[in-house]
Amino acid sequence: MQRIRLRYTKRGRLRFTSHRDFQRAFERALRRAEVPMAYSAGFTPHPKVSYANAAPTGTGSEAEYLEIALTASRDPERLRALLDESLPTGLDIVDAVEARTSGLADRLTASVWELRLTGVEPAVAERAVAAFKAAETVEVQRTAKNGVRTFDARAAVVELETHGTPADRPTDQPCAILRLVVRHVTPAVRPDDVLSGLRAVADLAPPVPAAVTRLAQGLLDEETGTVTDPLAPDREAATAPAAGSAAAPVPA
Amino acid sequence: MSAEVAEAVESVFPQLEALLPHVQKPIQYVGGELNSTVKPWESCDVRWALMYPDAYEVGLPNQGVMILYEVLNEQEGVLAERTYSVWPDLEALMREHGVPQFTVDGHRPVKAFDVFGLSFSTELGYTNMLTALELAGIPLESKDRGLDDPIVLAGGHAAFNPEPVADFIDAAVIGDGEQAVLDMTRIIRAWKAEGRPGGREEVLFRLARTGGVYIPAFYDVEYLPDGRIARVVPNRSGVPWRVSKHTVMDLDEWPYPKQPLVPLAETVHERMSVEIFRGCTRGCRFCQAGMITRPVRERSITGIGDMVEKGLKATGFEEVGLLSLSSADHTEIADVAKGLADRYEEDKIGLSLPSTRVDAFNVDLANELTRNGRRSGLTFAPEGGSERMRKVINKMVSEEDLIRTVATAYGNGWRQVKLYFMCGLPTETDEDVLQIADMAMKVIQKGREVSGANDIRCTVSIGGFVPKPHTPFQWAPQLSSEDTDARLAKLRDKIRGDKKYGRSIGFRYHDGKPGIVEGLLSRGDRRLGAVIRAVYEDGGRFDGWREHFSYERWMRCAEKELPRVGLDVDWYTTRERGYEEVLPWDHLDSGLDKDWLWEDWQDALDETEVDDCRWTPCFDCGVCPQMDTSIQIGPTGKKLLPLTVKNAAPAPAPNGHAH
Repeated sequence: MQRIRLRYTKRGRLRFTSHRDFQRAFERALRRAEVPMAYSAGFTPHPKVSYANAAPTGTGSEAEYLEIALTASRDPERLRALLDESLPTGLDIVDAVEARTSGLADRLTASVWELRLTGVEPAVAERAVAAFKAAETVEVQRTAKNGVRTFDARAAVVELETHGTPADRPTDQPCAILRLVVRHVTPAVRPDDVLSGLRAVADLAPPVPAAVTRLAQGLLDEETGTVTDPLAPDREAATAPAAGSAAAPVPA
Repeated sequence: MSAEVAEAVESVFPQLEALLPHVQKPIQYVGGELNSTVKPWESCDVRWALMYPDAYEVGLPNQGVMILYEVLNEQEGVLAERTYSVWPDLEALMREHGVPQFTVDGHRPVKAFDVFGLSFSTELGYTNMLTALELAGIPLESKDRGLDDPIVLAGGHAAFNPEPVADFIDAAVIGDGEQAVLDMTRIIRAWKAEGRPGGREEVLFRLARTGGVYIPAFYDVEYLPDGRIARVVPNRSGVPWRVSKHTVMDLDEWPYPKQPLVPLAETVHERMSVEIFRGCTRGCRFCQAGMITRPVRERSITGIGDMVEKGLKATGFEEVGLLSLSSADHTEIADVAKGLADRYEEDKIGLSLPSTRVDAFNVDLANELTRNGRRSGLTFAPEGGSERMRKVINKMVSEEDLIRTVATAYGNGWRQVKLYFMCGLPTETDEDVLQIADMAMKVIQKGREVSGANDIRCTVSIGGFVPKPHTPFQWAPQLSSEDTDARLAKLRDKIRGDKKYGRSIGFRYHDGKPGIVEGLLSRGDRRLGAVIRAVYEDGGRFDGWREHFSYERWMRCAEKELPRVGLDVDWYTTRERGYEEVLPWDHLDSGLDKDWLWEDWQDALDETEVDDCRWTPCFDCGVCPQMDTSIQIGPTGKKLLPLTVKNAAPAPAPNGHAH
């Protein structure tokens, strides 16, 4: 059995895809691409797919991860291209490696997010960010199915900084861009919660919903405050000692 | 409709996008489905917006819309985009922020299109049409529309009596849409190319004079003092007295949808559907679909095989539905089912036959369909509880047949059988309905006997009968909701009260109220337009949804509007019509001879049955000669060959025989 790890995106309008929607679409893409999937045993066999840490509905992502189990070996790059072609544009498969290490999920300890706040002056955002970072804790509330929950949104935030209006935006409309690095903790602190926190500490209230995108997910480097590519260890393991694998026949 | 010089039509997506984070299931509004098409606006000169006037989750899988979408988009210079009803949460935001009704493909405003075509499977979509029109900025009534408004066109089964929505639509097409939309496209294109001479009225007239497009505004309805219709008359020369339905012959030439849409959002049917035949001549007298889609036209076994193969490749669906009005009646259904089950055995593709008659069911077929999977439930629709009722409705299924079939199913491992019935059929008494309980008990008794198990179940599902236009029951009185509910309560008590079998019988029923509104609209006339509008203005939406439907609102609005014309709801629903009465849909020609329908109605009252013309001589329903069509059925004698040769065996020569 071969295991392949994939990085995929939720771009543009398809960021409104829920995780359940993505799962159905992905399983259909596996069929269209005729991937030799391994199936679970049991009354209703399911293709073996493990999803890690999906981004919330409505947020874009450049870095979602999953792992599939195959009954026959496939070249990861060709498989990536086939699957990508079988999915709607916006749900793009952008990276594939054969799993040669354990614990992909263990390497996803933090995320880097970009939050575009259209209609917000960068200076205003800057002040709110400063207030947020200065606070010891920032209590926020989230409405879940079983009621309103209150928790701290500050501790999980490793980094939060402001950038000015980007070049690709018309200058007549202010737009602040936040870059957020947040640890994966329980209960999860999402970009939404950080926005609630900014509102709580500094009354920051964007006039339109923020456009939120996950830029990266991976192992948090505590010193630099960056995250590392979680597929890198698999790639390194592949190029290192496994001699002769380059000549191995790769079907389809 | 859009001017001949194509103006830039901008996507409204940026405005919509800001609203989406605030609504439920935003994915349903963003489009981008696999196999969807967005053509450049300027590259086309005839543009269709197609709507299924219900929520996306119901509308997206609709085969009719999917077929027309693909047929139109295949044409050079023609584009078609889809739009669905938005839920009230988004509707409120769209009104607040001035975002118009949009298509999910290009997110273009519906008002910019040449044709706004709505497919009505049921009358309960009428209020949703008004929501869409108002959101689109198109005047609600046809008479108020101008040159730049789209032609509002109704199709689908409910369009066989479009009179209740005559105020709101500009045109209606009845029957198969595939060729009709292309014919209409040609006429609209020519008129636009000429510089739109004569304005809106001229293009509608050009459509009307083909005899295949109904323009309500070109007909005057005259009434008798007692409220009945005196006559329906064309009000200008060149407009035909009657408008014909459209019939596509040779389904193999129309293998649509070739590239079925695959939604990202969850929808009611998540499968690849192939229509294996169109039409039905079983002759069930309550069944409008069977009456208006005659004659039977089969898709060939090889045509079905090709569609399944290409469709699965294009979609990745894991289930194939073989659709028709009575799927086990296809002349080669056994070979179709076996051939497909063989082909896809290793791919874990499920097969389903959504409509199966008791008398056409056989266990070999059922075994093929469930080769890989579960045997959880089988569904049959005897419709009538007593032998007498089944003669009245011409659903010739004997109790012995049913018990035998069900026994075979339980004996082969099925644990649950669902039985569908109707309540309120013509001449029905309490006794007829109570016999449903007896039937269910016999089913359980037999099931326990053959399976040796006590945990088998039978579910009785029952709803109120609604008389429909173009059927032998179009003259019949509808049972009032009070009587329907009382009868259902008696049945429920009888089932629940049975100590021996009651616990094994599930009972699901729909109360009689929605049926009365459906009945009001299905046999209604133009005077109901005021009621529909009043309901809409009072907030009526999504009438097919229990949580949105309000019987009280419909009755309140009807009580306000109908007395102005001296009528009431009962006049439309529980009143029996006579032979001589002009029915609101008489000028819409389904091909059925009205005298034949009347005779069949009289036969129903005499409990006389009629055979199926596929297997017995023609009984002169009138459709084939009137529409110049004929029955197209197999068998072709062909088989579905394996797609790939397995175990490296030599490939058989085409049509070869071993000697």
